[in-house]
Amino acid sequence: MMAASEEQDTVILTPEEKRRQRARSIAIALALVALVVIFYLVTIVRLGGNVFNRVI
Amino acid sequence: MNTTATPILDSDASAKPAQGDLGDYFALMKPRVMSLAVFTALAGMIAAPNPVHPVIAVTALIFIAMGAGAAGALNMWYDADIDRLMARTAMRPIPRNRLAQEEALAFGLVLSIGSVFCLGVLVNWMAAALLALTIAYYLVIYTMWLKRRTPQNIVIGGAAGSFPPMIGWAVATGGVSHESLLLFALIFLWTPPHFWALALVRSRDYERAGVPMLPVVAGKDKTRTQILLYSVAMAAAAVAPGFFGPGGMVYLAVASVGSAVFIVLAWRVFRTRDGSAADKEARRLFAYSIFYLFGLFATLIVEHAAGWA
Repeated sequence: MMAASEEQDTVILTPEEKRRQRARSIAIALALVALVVIFYLVTIVRLGGNVFNRVI
Repeated sequence: MNTTATPILDSDASAKPAQGDLGDYFALMKPRVMSLAVFTALAGMIAAPNPVHPVIAVTALIFIAMGAGAAGALNMWYDADIDRLMARTAMRPIPRNRLAQEEALAFGLVLSIGSVFCLGVLVNWMAAALLALTIAYYLVIYTMWLKRRTPQNIVIGGAAGSFPPMIGWAVATGGVSHESLLLFALIFLWTPPHFWALALVRSRDYERAGVPMLPVVAGKDKTRTQILLYSVAMAAAAVAPGFFGPGGMVYLAVASVGSAVFIVLAWRVFRTRDGSAADKEARRLFAYSIFYLFGLFATLIVEHAAGWA
């Protein structure tokens, strides 16, 4: 009984909706990777030569 | 506000919106407006006296584009009701039922906060503050407050589109100066004749949606007069950077000739008042205005990149 009502509440995506959802997930993942790369590059640029200027 | 007008498309506004694809999210960001914002920001950055590291410059442009896109998405979220009523905007993702309004709101908010935060952390906080001001101005002052209330909507609201060169300048210098304010003034005074030329042709659309654009409220003749007056004021603002910076002699020459042509076209709009010829003149001025602004900022970029200024 419980399982049946849960099944009714579940949103079933069409193949087209699944494709769009997947495309959005990939786009978000790529955006996050791009963000990591940007933060890395800007950090290196901002540090410049000082990156070697440290007490060991 | 006219709420009895029927939507342009047959799509049922109460139906569950589809899950939009990536193209719909891209359309939410108003790519053409975004590209103009990025281009003018680039010009502001290159025209500034301080050189910017290429990585910082590209980073800044990415987040300025994101911020401009965020403002577009928030505008489409708020204006979905009237976008359904106008032919020009009926194909946007929300009127077409490709995306839910709340999706546009969430998308716009995430992009707004993300772009301002990243620009602040990675570039500088003056540029980030100006970007935040641009987004807030476009959403609150223009979209929510002025657009549906006064025919001065695009005059005052035009400031939102005028900030990008100031943001670009702030990316390079960390501040605001008279040169960046002159670039602001140029776009600010360019906006009314640009939009009113479009509104002359699309006045029925605006009337239908209850948007009090000048031709709807004051009539087409008064709009033509205002277009001409603003074109003269804009021409003065356009040549000013040639005298007071950041433009050089090449910019001054291009701005002088370009502005003279602009005034001639505005004069023709003013003189031609009837039939399809009047529409044709308005369309011509609208098309030229885009080319004109693009040309002025392109000249600034080339002049500074080549070291002529």
